[in-house]
Amino acid sequence: MSEAPNYIVKGATGDWEIVVGLEVHAQVTAKAKLFSGASTEFGAEPNAQVSLVDAAMPGMLPVINGECVRQAVRTGLAIDAQINKWSRFDRKNYFYPDLPQGYQISQLYHPIVGEGHLDIELDDGTKKRIGIERIHLEQDAGKSVHDLHPSMSYVDLNRCGCALMEIVSRPDIRSPAEAGAYVAGLRQLLRYVGSCDGNMDEGSMRADVNVSVRKAGQPFGTRTETKNVNSVRFIMQAVEHEARRQVDLIESGGTVIQETRLFDPGSSTTRAMRGKEDAHDYRYFPDPDLLPLVFDDAFIAQCRGSLPELPAAKRARYESTLGLSPYLAAVLSAEKETADWFETALAATAAKVGQPVTEVALRVANFISSDLFGALKKLGKEIGDSPVSPDALAELLALAADGTLSGPLVKQVFEAMLETGEGAASIVEQRGLKQVSDTGAIDAAIQTVMDANPNKVAEYRSGKDKLFGFFVGQVMRAMAGKAAPGVVNDRLKALLEV
Amino acid sequence: MSVDSQTVRKIARLARIAVTDDEVPGLVEQLNGILGWVEQLGEVDTKGVEPMASVMPGNMRWREDVVTDGGIQDKVLANAPDAASGFFAVPKVIE
Amino acid sequence: MSALTDLSLAEMKAGLDARQFSAVELAQAHLDAMAANRHLNAFIVETPELALTQAKAVDDGTRSGPLAGIPLGIKDLFAVEGVQTTAGSNILKGFVPRYESSVTANLLRDGAVFLGKLNMDEFAMGSSNETSAFGRVISPWKAKGSDAELVPGGSSGGSAAAVSARLCAGATGTDTGGSIRQPAAFVGIAGIKPTYGRASRWGTIAFASSLDQAGPMARTVTDCALMLTSMCGFDAKDSTSLDIPVPDYAAGLTGGMKGKRVGIPAEYRLDGMDPEIAALWDQGIALLKAEGAEIVSVSLPHTKYALPTYYIVAPAEASSNLARYDGVRYGNRVTPAGGNVHDMYAATRAAGFGKEVKRRIMIGTYVLSAGFYDAYYTQAQKVRALIARDFEAAFEKCDVLLTPTAPSPAFAFGAKADPLAMYLNDVFTVPASLAGLPAMSVPAGLSASGLPLGLQIIGRPLDEMGVLDAGLAIERAAGFSTRP
Ligand SMILES: [Mg+2]
Ligand SMILES: [Zn+2]
Repeated sequence: MSEAPNYIVKGATGDWEIVVGLEVHAQVTAKAKLFSGASTEFGAEPNAQVSLVDAAMPGMLPVINGECVRQAVRTGLAIDAQINKWSRFDRKNYFYPDLPQGYQISQLYHPIVGEGHLDIELDDGTKKRIGIERIHLEQDAGKSVHDLHPSMSYVDLNRCGCALMEIVSRPDIRSPAEAGAYVAGLRQLLRYVGSCDGNMDEGSMRADVNVSVRKAGQPFGTRTETKNVNSVRFIMQAVEHEARRQVDLIESGGTVIQETRLFDPGSSTTRAMRGKEDAHDYRYFPDPDLLPLVFDDAFIAQCRGSLPELPAAKRARYESTLGLSPYLAAVLSAEKETADWFETALAATAAKVGQPVTEVALRVANFISSDLFGALKKLGKEIGDSPVSPDALAELLALAADGTLSGPLVKQVFEAMLETGEGAASIVEQRGLKQVSDTGAIDAAIQTVMDANPNKVAEYRSGKDKLFGFFVGQVMRAMAGKAAPGVVNDRLKALLEV
Repeated sequence: MSVDSQTVRKIARLARIAVTDDEVPGLVEQLNGILGWVEQLGEVDTKGVEPMASVMPGNMRWREDVVTDGGIQDKVLANAPDAASGFFAVPKVIE
Repeated sequence: MSALTDLSLAEMKAGLDARQFSAVELAQAHLDAMAANRHLNAFIVETPELALTQAKAVDDGTRSGPLAGIPLGIKDLFAVEGVQTTAGSNILKGFVPRYESSVTANLLRDGAVFLGKLNMDEFAMGSSNETSAFGRVISPWKAKGSDAELVPGGSSGGSAAAVSARLCAGATGTDTGGSIRQPAAFVGIAGIKPTYGRASRWGTIAFASSLDQAGPMARTVTDCALMLTSMCGFDAKDSTSLDIPVPDYAAGLTGGMKGKRVGIPAEYRLDGMDPEIAALWDQGIALLKAEGAEIVSVSLPHTKYALPTYYIVAPAEASSNLARYDGVRYGNRVTPAGGNVHDMYAATRAAGFGKEVKRRIMIGTYVLSAGFYDAYYTQAQKVRALIARDFEAAFEKCDVLLTPTAPSPAFAFGAKADPLAMYLNDVFTVPASLAGLPAMSVPAGLSASGLPLGLQIIGRPLDEMGVLDAGLAIERAAGFSTRP
């Protein structure tokens, strides 16, 4: 893979390089919480999705949700990581009102997933491999609301105990753009795997951004950790601002201290946490309420078997096997839902047309990426709620392939399909939009046009070939676009040449 | 290793237990007494010994991913020293 | 009807079955005894209405089961729905759980009648019941020729005093390092801690999760067996619960020792051992030998490290388990004027926890803190593995182990003011706790001062039956019948 050109922060004393590592917290897709049977659904009344276990009532005990284990393993396999058949949960001890137990159940010493990696691609096409140190399972905390009362904070434990995967990258990231590409790529992968919905505005995915700066060739500088940044753009801004701040600080004679910071989306800056407590000492130790988490190769194989084709593989296949351009391949594989939609429509079209998928792929791909995406954008809909189904699209494209519909008619019928939700064939039938190839009708139309434009006929016949296009347009208009273009061409030539 | 008054204050802070100045000397003495006594474990040769991972041998059972709990806001809040509008209330937290 | 309270649990069961008396009469007899013995301070909460309602339902035939109508006391560590549950701590004063612990739910399923919540050392940390926020429990026993009040042992001191004083037929206890066995020995009753994982910990307030086990305390081994069968059983809500069927212990009990090998661990014969204790132990050995057991000498080389190991592991777990008592969701909150939320935590916990609890939280916090974790906690868990290994090796040579339960008879209040002196009470009980083994104490004799002394039987994992059988053999042979 080619090295990306180094991102540089220009300082008064020279160029600085930045070093970034990301800890992404991704909420695991599961109905119930990691250690309790309460629901994980977003948006309920405060404390309505809280069990006595989540509220850490005296004597309550955790019992693990197997689905969360499965999702973590599947995610690990998707980043080519080592899967640890023996792992264990540790308690991370600290006090905070949204942490009822006074500890978070997490995995420090023996995480479920070991080393893996994610390959990213920047806008300029440069590719880079980002190392992933580990993925561990842990509990999410609750939420404190600070603006409902002048002197009190309010605590809602609904999110408390939801399963998170903490995906820890190596400090391999060297620019805001790489940070953005990494998070976007990770989000895409998790959504493909189905282990996290990636809804960043609902907090399903958020990153702790570790940034340090150094002069080229120097060892790592002291890093700061900016907590819970919840959009790709904000993550890039946090990296950029924090790097600049550190360079300015060092160059003005200060020192970077290892601290926890917060990102302020309003000003795109970071600031030290005000309620900063004494240096953290989390006193990790194995959770004695839980036994080791153990599974076998058969379980891993089952997880592997349940993985879909992953985005990188899919994109490569679209290019090499289906012959799509890199652009189309990227667009159609960006989201699993889009890719699934495309592949369903592709298979259906090929079947209806009676040609191999490789023959029709480009047509289907082009139609989806231009016409369908355009229409969905106008309607403000996702591909999942498209008013036209993949099958219906296949029917439309088949009518184009067999000559029933001309290019303009295809667009017309598609519009009607979007409006009415009806199938292409029935719209063609009802509205009489079938392409006309009958020479009698076409000849009659040509004659009418010729009769109405005697001067143009004469000009054409005297050698002004360019007028041929004019006659085609007139005839098509006369026939309301339904005439088969090939027949019109042939007949026009014959009749004008007489 | 022995603890001094500064260490005792630091531990008390970590454990979120307020200690008065009067209490510190006594705690220094008691903690040192206990820690000095448990330190005899250092003399046991534990090379190659795995720390006990679970008391009884066995692996963890897994729950099915089914919603079986929740919807008990009243029970959750029943013993709260301060609650309002379905939330637990605490003195303002500044981030 | 004071005679009713003198019956053993098994006799009460038979009497109820034969309708010699009603469950309400039986409950009332105990409630009367409780009222007459309030000076013992055994109960934190008495639940006469609950008891009579439950008893009436037994008499009506709407409640039944193997323990139908049996009046029990419940250690205040078990959540009983709708009844204040405090773990003997100020921080939980007024806490009323909206849930039932699995152990008490099992007892209710089997028809038991709950007389109230029993006093205990705060959060089960103590061996004398002097740390309770609800005042000390007084043993019903007095030394010969002395009027000094004695400790009932701890932490299940309320349970021990109540059973011994005939305020209940039996009681639940919990044992983390000896909290069932040592108080049972101090008051001349029987008590068994089952194998770790036999009794569910769900709904029982945690002290040290890897050590805590519930078990019964009663006046006879058979009574313990009856309660144990009911209290134990697989519980999907506790990840450490063993999914292994629980035998009917009372039905299987024979007391037969023929062909059984009884191990005597050499390392338990401590330097400077109280000669009375040594004599009692020798007497126990002789009794079992007379019953047909083969006596074998075994070695548990890491015995002397058990207590220091325990006093790292248990406080470490406790420091974390007790972090939830922060005044946010339940319990008593103290907010200093102008203080932030962290000041609230510190003030709440300073006011809510007693001295011993604070001490252990601080020890636990220290041994887990950065830079010390490996030297203390990891080393302790390694030594713990060695201690468990010692037992495994010993059980290749014998079926059960016989040891004294406690190094001394009950002592007077304030006699062990130094924490370390107090911790030494558990020197014989802690090793089995660390290894998760079933162990019981049975009354086996009296000290020269006329105070009860107990012998401990330790069994292989899951061999509660073997432990109970040896206990019954000692009970029969020793013929302990003295009462306070
Ligand atoms: Mg972090
Ligand atoms: Zn985390």
